[in-house]
Amino acid sequence: MPETLRTAQTLLNVEHLRKVYESSTGNVEAIGDIGFRMDAGELVCIVGPSGCGKTTLLKCIAGLLKPTSGVVELGGRRVTAPPPNMALVFQEYGRSLYPWLTVRGNVELPLKHKKLSRADRDRLIDDALVAVGLDHAAKSYPWQLSGGMQQRVAIARAVAYQPEVLIMDEPFAAVDAQTRADLEDLVRTLHRERGMSILFVTHDIDESVYLGERVIVLSKSPTWVQEDLAIDLAPERDQITTRALPRFTELRTHVYEQIQRAKRGEAVRPEAA
Amino acid sequence: MATAAAVPAPVRRSPRQLRTLRKLALGAAGILGFLVTWQLLPTLGLVDPRYFPTATETLAQLGQEMRDLEFWRNVGRTLTAWGIGLVIATVLATVLGTVIGLVPFLRRATHTTVEFLRPIPSVALIPLAVLLYGYQLQAALIIIVFASFWQVFIQVLYGVADVDAVARDTARSFGLSRGSRIVNLVFPTALPYLMTGLRLAAAVALILAITAEMFIGNPGLGREIVFAQSAGNWPVVYALVIVTGLLGLLINLVFRAIERRSLAWHQSVRGEEVL
Amino acid sequence: MTLYTSTVVTPRPRSRVWAKIGENTAYAIGLPIILVVIWGIWATVAPAQFFPSPAELLEAFVDTWIGPAFVTDVLPSLGRLAIGIVLSIVVGVVAGTLIGLNRWLRELLEPMLEFFRAVPPPVLLPIAVVLMGPTDAMKIVVIVIGSVWPILLNTIEGVRSTDSVMTETARSFALTRGEHLRYLVLPAASPRIMAGVRQSLSIALILMVISELGYSSSGLGYQIVFFQRNYLIAEMWSGILLLGLIGILLAAIFGLVERRVLRWYHGIKEVERA
Repeated sequence: MPETLRTAQTLLNVEHLRKVYESSTGNVEAIGDIGFRMDAGELVCIVGPSGCGKTTLLKCIAGLLKPTSGVVELGGRRVTAPPPNMALVFQEYGRSLYPWLTVRGNVELPLKHKKLSRADRDRLIDDALVAVGLDHAAKSYPWQLSGGMQQRVAIARAVAYQPEVLIMDEPFAAVDAQTRADLEDLVRTLHRERGMSILFVTHDIDESVYLGERVIVLSKSPTWVQEDLAIDLAPERDQITTRALPRFTELRTHVYEQIQRAKRGEAVRPEAA
Repeated sequence: MATAAAVPAPVRRSPRQLRTLRKLALGAAGILGFLVTWQLLPTLGLVDPRYFPTATETLAQLGQEMRDLEFWRNVGRTLTAWGIGLVIATVLATVLGTVIGLVPFLRRATHTTVEFLRPIPSVALIPLAVLLYGYQLQAALIIIVFASFWQVFIQVLYGVADVDAVARDTARSFGLSRGSRIVNLVFPTALPYLMTGLRLAAAVALILAITAEMFIGNPGLGREIVFAQSAGNWPVVYALVIVTGLLGLLINLVFRAIERRSLAWHQSVRGEEVL
Repeated sequence: MTLYTSTVVTPRPRSRVWAKIGENTAYAIGLPIILVVIWGIWATVAPAQFFPSPAELLEAFVDTWIGPAFVTDVLPSLGRLAIGIVLSIVVGVVAGTLIGLNRWLRELLEPMLEFFRAVPPPVLLPIAVVLMGPTDAMKIVVIVIGSVWPILLNTIEGVRSTDSVMTETARSFALTRGEHLRYLVLPAASPRIMAGVRQSLSIALILMVISELGYSSSGLGYQIVFFQRNYLIAEMWSGILLLGLIGILLAAIFGLVERRVLRWYHGIKEVERA
């Protein structure tokens, strides 16, 4: 959304984020200088060439990794450890869900230490399972379900947690194309019906344009924000019609070109003031 | 805005080297702590010093033992019983395990018998062994072989059954004879399992060799321990206990190395956790 | 020439079902029966001094163990065995969890643990006897000292190797330490821990017998030796038979417990194999 019209409050603030990995063979600067802002209720997608440190960025934002320098603020507070108002959906759903818990048990687990009454907790769980369409599978175990359904469980778990921001790390990369389309629509529905703020990392350009209200394009390593693109497609999106729009094609081509430039290292980093 | 280049850091060891150093230091500290505690317990009277000599006493005795030829002969006797028992058990178990493992009928037919005989603790056979062979080596061998056999046998059964179905079909479609299949397919598949079984059997065989010496009375370290105990010569007892521990450690390390070598190319790892 | 094939499902005739049950039973008891028959014939034709006939063995078994001896010898032995096993599990899991989760502690204790687990447990019997006297407590301690190792070491390994993605999930949801342990670390380690428990069961049984050899005046192990010394051959064998039965019982109980506790694990294995 254009800066001049921004009236919503800033939810996530990332400034001059830098992450250097030290190893015996030398230092690897995974992230050079990343900065962006995300408002409450936005759906922001992050794309970049392979190996540009998208996962590193997410882990720093989620408080799972300590940045070398820079600031990550969530809701005005600095992030030093996983903040309580954030939920993560990982790419490897098979390793993120606990196989000794049922679907319901998995969704319930993060809620256990929130001070909630039994009734409230059950309501949240049922609500989340219905939202992802898995209310009939509550008693199954994750490994009895297909990949797409397992990822839905992970999403339900995040939704039930009622976070202020939902972070998704290439969640549909390991899922087949048809299921991916369904899951993308699920994400948009959650965003629109519940006003969830979502930060979505992907390598799929089409997906980023289809889902996002903004697309942030990352450069090659050492990574910086190459472009912050506003997606001016209508909020009501549809797999068939939206993807057939000329504007969609324009936007995706633009993003594609940006990524190609990033891969070739052609984009020049603007010197900040 | 690019951050300024860092001032060249002073030369320091890589994190990896630091980790190894720390591991060694902590390990050494652990050993030291144990020895100090051991030394203090009898000295401070927390344990009866008559029956619990200090660390220094025991280690001194150990040094003395190592200068005694008879001590080494006993080590040899124990290792001989261990070795012979292990070899017999391994040969028997490999042959039987392969034959039974390869013939499904035999597998099914012997299943209940195996499951019945397996849990019998071989020490229960000590009285029988004594009746049959008195206090000779053969009595000990019965015990050692019975226990070690199962370790190798079960592993070989699993190994022979683990032959990849696709690999087997490939071999058959290329017209490999039965014998050739066994040599080129079954044997390499079962080999890591065999090595795991061998490692487990080696440990068990040592335990039983010493147990046999203690309770049957054939010559060896176990018998020396019992003698020293009845003579009230406690430093010798503890020194010999340490020796058995060191022997066990040595055997563990050697066979673990052998096992790891043979597992190097095998994708799954059969650890101690054969469920 | 058929234009199409249709799959017709016919219900399995009842005779087939019974035939299958019969077949399984035949396999299960076939070989044992054959062996017992051969044994019986051999004993009649060429009676050996130290090998009773099946009939003699059965008679001795009933005479010896079904009666007062059960209460005075067998039950106390089993009681010590049970206490020893329970203690081993508790000590093994608690210590294993502590050591597995704290790297510095593990590195500190590792050399000593490697050494102690290599000491053959029977060797510690003379020491235990003289330090604690020929008491029940001593026998239990001997059982625990020997059978705690597989559980301890497997717990350490299991606790260490928690999946990194699962750990990150727990961290991202800010699970408390207690929740982390109870819902992640221990369940994830449970297959390994159960494998350790299985191994320790057989060790515990061996040590139960050993703890009674020569330092006791009652108990199952003691009785077997007593019979041997007094050339009561059939009785001695009946004791061995009883030990075998106890071993089987232990294995069966373990199997039941394990199937329940690790239901999810077996489920995953089945799915993988399909």
